[in-house]
Amino acid sequence: MKYVIKILSLLIAITAFWIALLEASVIPRSYTWLLPVYFVVLLGCYGLLMVGIGLMRFSTCPQEARLLQQDILEAKRGRRGQ
Amino acid sequence: MEQQKEANKYSIIIPTYNERLNIALIVYLVFKHLKDVDFEIIVVDDGSPDGTQEVVKQLQQVYGEDCVLLRARPKKLGLGTAYSHGMKHASRNFVVIMDADLSHHPKYLPSFIRKQIETGANIVTGTRYVQGGGVHGWNLMRKLTSRRANVLAQTLLWPGVSDLTESFRLYKRAVLEDVISTCVSKGYVFQMEMIVRASRKGYHIEEVPITFVDRVYGSSKFGGSEIVEYLKGLAYLLVTT
Ligand SMILES: Nc1nc2c(ncn2[C@@H]2O[C@H](COP(=O)(O)OP(=O)(O)OP(=O)(O)O)[C@@H](O)[C@H]2O)c(=O)[nH]1
Ligand SMILES: [Mg+2]
Repeated sequence: MKYVIKILSLLIAITAFWIALLEASVIPRSYTWLLPVYFVVLLGCYGLLMVGIGLMRFSTCPQEARLLQQDILEAKRGRRGQ
Repeated sequence: MEQQKEANKYSIIIPTYNERLNIALIVYLVFKHLKDVDFEIIVVDDGSPDGTQEVVKQLQQVYGEDCVLLRARPKKLGLGTAYSHGMKHASRNFVVIMDADLSHHPKYLPSFIRKQIETGANIVTGTRYVQGGGVHGWNLMRKLTSRRANVLAQTLLWPGVSDLTESFRLYKRAVLEDVISTCVSKGYVFQMEMIVRASRKGYHIEEVPITFVDRVYGSSKFGGSEIVEYLKGLAYLLVTT
């Protein structure tokens, strides 16, 4: 199954659930009306959190750049030696 | 086990365009880090005006024409087709794809090979986004862009791979052949399409951490149009896989 279809069906399922909640009014309607807003906010938070965690774990490796410079020098010397 | 050891041979495909300063270094480093491994290097050069091919010919004198192969094309035809062109000439049962610009350090090759032997994976891909991996030479803005792009793709596509746009990979030859024939994208998106399609086809994919050092020689061409291409590619993959 194509991924858009998966995602769309998930969205439809959530919407259906929400409409059912509205109809059944198990919880006060004013709350139910706000649920989509919470959902979007939650999604945004998830995104921000993941980007934040990713950025924190994303290491810069100055020592790698130094090692590479050494390797380049070595390679240049090594090739001249041949 | 004995037999498997004997069967593992590697074709290393290196596409080049104006990499005169880098190609000799990278070939030297590959030979340095792959002792006791049966491999060939296939340089796919797209008629670089800077004389990359002359350097490769000199390298052939040094390392032997059956170890360093030059499979040139007359003009710049793009990276995706460079890979398939190289693959046509690859004679070994495993194929490694890496850049010539020293962003992909050959010292990681043994860990790709080890990982593949340990796990029997169809594809081993390098990843910058796990412990032990990383980048050097990117400013905060570029890192942020990269992370955002990654989170978006992870959320929408669930590829099961942490780094989608990294091109440093080891493939079983038959798997590469199978996947590459279904891919149409260009640039970064091509790497993403390859791995997503491979993942959807149920191939066993493993990862090894690599550090990516931004190119030392030559100029980088990362810009806003790349982001637009990326988003288009993401949408394309959403509707086709
Ligand atoms: N044969 C061939 N090789 C190419 C072509 N374009 C790029 N390459 C090579 O593909 C590799 C990756 O290209 P890069 O230009 O480094 O792309 P990048 O890593 O995304 O961008 P940079 O930030 O510039 O390093 C390098 O080894 C290039 O020489 C092409 O059209 N044909
Ligand atoms: Mg590069």
